[in-house]
Amino acid sequence: MDKTINQKAWFLVLPVFLVVAFSAVLPLMTVVNYSMQDTFGNNQFFWNGVGWFKELLDPSTDLGGRFLASLGRNLFFSLVILAIEVPLGIVVALSMPRDGWTVAACLVTLALPLLIPWNVVGTIWQIFGRPDIGLLGYTLNAMGLDYNYVSNAVDAWITVIVMDVWHWTSLVALLCYAGLKSIPEAYYQAAQIDGASRWAVFKAIQLPKMNRVLLIAVLLRFMDSFMIYTEPFVVTGGGPGNSTTFVSIELVKIALGQFDLGKAAALSLVYNLIILIVCWIFYTVMTNAGSERKPQEGAV
Amino acid sequence: MARIDLVDLAHSYGGNDAPQDTFALKPVTMTWRQGGAYALLGPSGCGKTTLLNVISGIITPSSGKILFDGQDITPLSTQKRNIAQVFQFPVIYDTMTVGQNLAFPLKNRGVPKAEIDKRVAEIGRLLDLEPYLNRKATRLTADAKQKISLGRGLVRSDVAAVLFDEPLTVIDPELKWQLRSKLKALHRELDLTMIYVTHDQTEALTFADTVVVMHDGRVVQSGTPAELFDKPAHTFVGYFIGSPGMNIIPAEVRGREAKVDGHVIALNRAYDNLPAGAKIEIGVRPEFVDAVAPAPGLLTSKIERIDDLGRIRFARVRIGDAKLAARAPNGFTSSDGNAGLKFDPAHIHVYADSLLVEGAA
Repeated sequence: MDKTINQKAWFLVLPVFLVVAFSAVLPLMTVVNYSMQDTFGNNQFFWNGVGWFKELLDPSTDLGGRFLASLGRNLFFSLVILAIEVPLGIVVALSMPRDGWTVAACLVTLALPLLIPWNVVGTIWQIFGRPDIGLLGYTLNAMGLDYNYVSNAVDAWITVIVMDVWHWTSLVALLCYAGLKSIPEAYYQAAQIDGASRWAVFKAIQLPKMNRVLLIAVLLRFMDSFMIYTEPFVVTGGGPGNSTTFVSIELVKIALGQFDLGKAAALSLVYNLIILIVCWIFYTVMTNAGSERKPQEGAV
Repeated sequence: MARIDLVDLAHSYGGNDAPQDTFALKPVTMTWRQGGAYALLGPSGCGKTTLLNVISGIITPSSGKILFDGQDITPLSTQKRNIAQVFQFPVIYDTMTVGQNLAFPLKNRGVPKAEIDKRVAEIGRLLDLEPYLNRKATRLTADAKQKISLGRGLVRSDVAAVLFDEPLTVIDPELKWQLRSKLKALHRELDLTMIYVTHDQTEALTFADTVVVMHDGRVVQSGTPAELFDKPAHTFVGYFIGSPGMNIIPAEVRGREAKVDGHVIALNRAYDNLPAGAKIEIGVRPEFVDAVAPAPGLLTSKIERIDDLGRIRFARVRIGDAKLAARAPNGFTSSDGNAGLKFDPAHIHVYADSLLVEGAA
């Protein structure tokens, strides 16, 4: 086949190059540049090589200690919310009606938390949990439970996790529901004829068919929860102490609070790299788990 | 293994209060004999799949009863009935191997492992699936998947009947023949009642020893392929079975004569007691009408075209508004576009309001 060669076509691609350069490549390179230097203001910079990165990975330094502690908190947070939201989302999706007007009602109700902006969610829970005027905080205290997210680290953690579950389980549920809806009716009929129990139907039909959407749900929820900033910042401000200070909160403190651009740049690069690597591992593992080996040709 | 009786069975998707002509399945009473090979034949939307799903228990009928060996099983769930069903599109549990797929119905019923292994090996051999038993069930061809679906039904030794819902739809034509012969062989070997739903008459006539023709939610005739061909009980059967279908011509019938377009055709039997006011038609298969050169004493028709089917040629002709097909002998040509029609009186049937009327000898 003859290919038309037209060098002018490059001009059509050029605007995209420019937009990407100014919006992504240049800012990223600036960050890389900062991560190698130190500044004391006045636009004066000093070369520091890989010094910040060394400090980041060394828990005995101030920077390294803060980074690794917040990273640990962040990983723990992501694991906990995944462990709650994924099974809960599946259960919600399974118990949703399959047809009739109730479907629309369920979908709209489920979508509501997803439509609320992050800082509004934070504000809602911040007030909801207050022991003096918040419905939740006041009720719990009236029942004799000593609940105060401002002074108690465990309470703060519970509040942040419950808030995230409230905000994002719907997303997992909606994705799973879409996966369930794509299963043809004949599968359920065949399973009935095969005498399958509810659990066997779930294991043999529903879970395998939800594989793909669950992969997407886990990826989305992991990335989002690993980057979480607004909600815990509004509710607890990272406290009490440093107990709910996640990596992003720490990053903002260093970059804007202390104006340590070099440290902040190094931290954000490492932070970014971790998210990329974890997502890549997830994706590779999950896609390979579903499809074993190469297609086998010529059957029966 | 069981005899299946349907007693006044009817189903309406709109509930029992809906008018009866909207019923998907109008009241039917019939018996399916143990070990029979049945085909349920009819066009799309005639209620054949509804009837099948009622037998398997996927649908609970609005009224009537289903008996297996005289025992009323209407209220029983699908799981509790000993029914196997193969669907139009193959259903495969794709996380399992072929062997695990076959074992699934037995595992669900708590059969001991040794017994499961024995049955799976046996059915695997029967269906030529042996080399694939340890392989994942995904990425097999459609016919292999359909065999696995069938195998899941056959693996249960107590199965009362195997139901097929257009199982060959997604199979390549050349494999259809193979799979259908396999089904026939299995039927002989296992002595199972098989009910096969299809809209393809070739499939129905080659598979079944009894063909049940459905039309508009009603069973219009059930009989051997020969009976359906020779003596259709309903004009729909005549038209639906055979290719081309039976010629149905409006006529005035009196005694041993039928009058079509002012021309008299002799009949073999006397029809003196036709219901008054009914729509009277005569039906004759194209195989028993010869198109010849027009001659006095023959019904004259206008030739529209001649279809050459290789072994046989059919002339498509027209009398007034009625369209007919007639056998055109080799070498038959028409000079003026007209043909005379010669009927075989032994094969002319009379229908009143679409139902066959038996004449007196």
